[in-house]
Amino acid sequence: MELLGRLANLPGALPGACAQGLVWGIMAIGVYLTYRILDVADLTVDGSFATGGAVCVMCLLGGQNVWVSLLAAIVAGLLTGLVTGLLHTFMGIPAILAGILTQLALYSINLKILGKSNQSINVDRYDLMISLRWVKEMALRNPVFAVLIVTAVVIGILYWFFGTELGCAIRATGSNPHMSRAQGINTDFNTVLGLMVSNGLVALSGALLAQYQGFADVSMGRGAIVIGLAAVIIGEAVFSRIFHNFALRLAAVSIGAVIYYIVIQLVLTLGLDANLLKLLSAAVVAVFLAVPYWKGKYFAKPVSKKAQKEGGSHA
Amino acid sequence: MLDIQNISKTFNPGTVNEKTALDGLSLHLNEGDFVTVIGGNGAGKSTMLNAVAGVWPVDSGKILIDGVDVTRLSEYQRASYIGRVFQDPMTGTAATMQIEENLALAARRGKRRTLHVGITRQERETYRELLKTLDLGLEDRLTAKVGLLSGGQRQALTLLMATMSSPKLLLLDEHTAALDPKTALKVLTLSARIVEEQKLTTLMITHNMKDAIKYGNRLIMMHEGRIIYDVSGEEKKKLKVTDLLAKFQVASGSEFANDRMMLS
Repeated sequence: MELLGRLANLPGALPGACAQGLVWGIMAIGVYLTYRILDVADLTVDGSFATGGAVCVMCLLGGQNVWVSLLAAIVAGLLTGLVTGLLHTFMGIPAILAGILTQLALYSINLKILGKSNQSINVDRYDLMISLRWVKEMALRNPVFAVLIVTAVVIGILYWFFGTELGCAIRATGSNPHMSRAQGINTDFNTVLGLMVSNGLVALSGALLAQYQGFADVSMGRGAIVIGLAAVIIGEAVFSRIFHNFALRLAAVSIGAVIYYIVIQLVLTLGLDANLLKLLSAAVVAVFLAVPYWKGKYFAKPVSKKAQKEGGSHA
Repeated sequence: MLDIQNISKTFNPGTVNEKTALDGLSLHLNEGDFVTVIGGNGAGKSTMLNAVAGVWPVDSGKILIDGVDVTRLSEYQRASYIGRVFQDPMTGTAATMQIEENLALAARRGKRRTLHVGITRQERETYRELLKTLDLGLEDRLTAKVGLLSGGQRQALTLLMATMSSPKLLLLDEHTAALDPKTALKVLTLSARIVEEQKLTTLMITHNMKDAIKYGNRLIMMHEGRIIYDVSGEEKKKLKVTDLLAKFQVASGSEFANDRMMLS
């Protein structure tokens, strides 16, 4: 009975979960670009997410309008990607380590940008694009609608970009760097470019979240990469059989993030200790990352004895 | 067309694994030369091709393609002069991309990659016609992912990609070694036809001595990072496998210790 009573609270919490999911979905699309398209696990994300939030909030507090602030956040994100990219390609540091180094350095930089560990921004005094205060309004400024539009625009731009000669070169670099160089593609340049675009999106997402929650925090990006991966994996698990088009696959990632936040909301409503959330997220992502490996190792169809014999006679 | 001047390459210098793969190698190819390259394992055949392609810088010496000094150019910069097909069918194509996208990537080799659309409608028609010449039915599968193709189909596609923009130099690195005999013959015949049609300057490594004699107008044999035998024209046409084996023993002072070459 008590459980049912708690569940009754869920519908009221759903719009908030959707809005958060959509905001984080933009970050997840950035993660998708590096993890799936570029075939690099980029851990810059945890830092660049907070950088986006910090830059956006400080610009707004400094009197800039919301569009300039968002643009500044994106540019800051591009720069973080540039740093990781150069650490990786120019200095030869493995991609994961390059991301960790940038992420660590960004903690200090984010502190410097914010001036302290936390800066709040009041929706009454500043003209924000989205805020959780409007989450139950039936209006365009409702964060669910607003972020939905932003996501659609982002997916549209990415769909166009990865169809261009330059975008194709980035995809080729991720798919087969050896072949790419043989076809005259500068793989170093394209890796850096891919990392920049990805972190630009991550910073945009951070900027939106800072507005939504009304503050930027130096540690707001902690664990972002795991949420991003979770969204990518959920999106693929649910939609990979029906979504083949690139734009739809990006949309699947965004929906994956929404599903993630709805599930989180659900387990919280059911009374899970909120302190255990990150443990739960990490465990879920670990299991899902293991599934393709296990499938190949333990569930592959065994080769029949007859086929083995025939195969043997060829060699 | 290709001028290799006294190049050397030592891997892992100063360690127990030190290996001199190229030892003052020089080679000159005239325009339209189709040269087959043979030699035992570790003779430096692939190393020579990789040196020309710029996979890593050489220790000393110079490489010129069509009079241009490319010694200091990186691999992707040299790609505008060179078409390559590799031994492993997985290496030459992007598996997660479509057939037409792979062709479009190759068509832009040596050009600036801009924000123009990656593949135009007009190109698609060109590619369809081009794929028809392979006679593998790929012209109806333009949007299929290359990862779905067989090894032979991928090698044929790579060959098309390597030659579609008329490179100054074509490098074939044992590109039929990983295929079954029937498919290997098909890809080899196709290679010879394309080289013939476009009069491409070509270096082809092979482990098959019969093929080395049958194809091309010139044959070189390598041993320990050097060219130990170089034959062309009428003399090459009259060569027999036994001649090559004898040549190898005389020139290198050792048995041709390679089962694969003996048997083929």
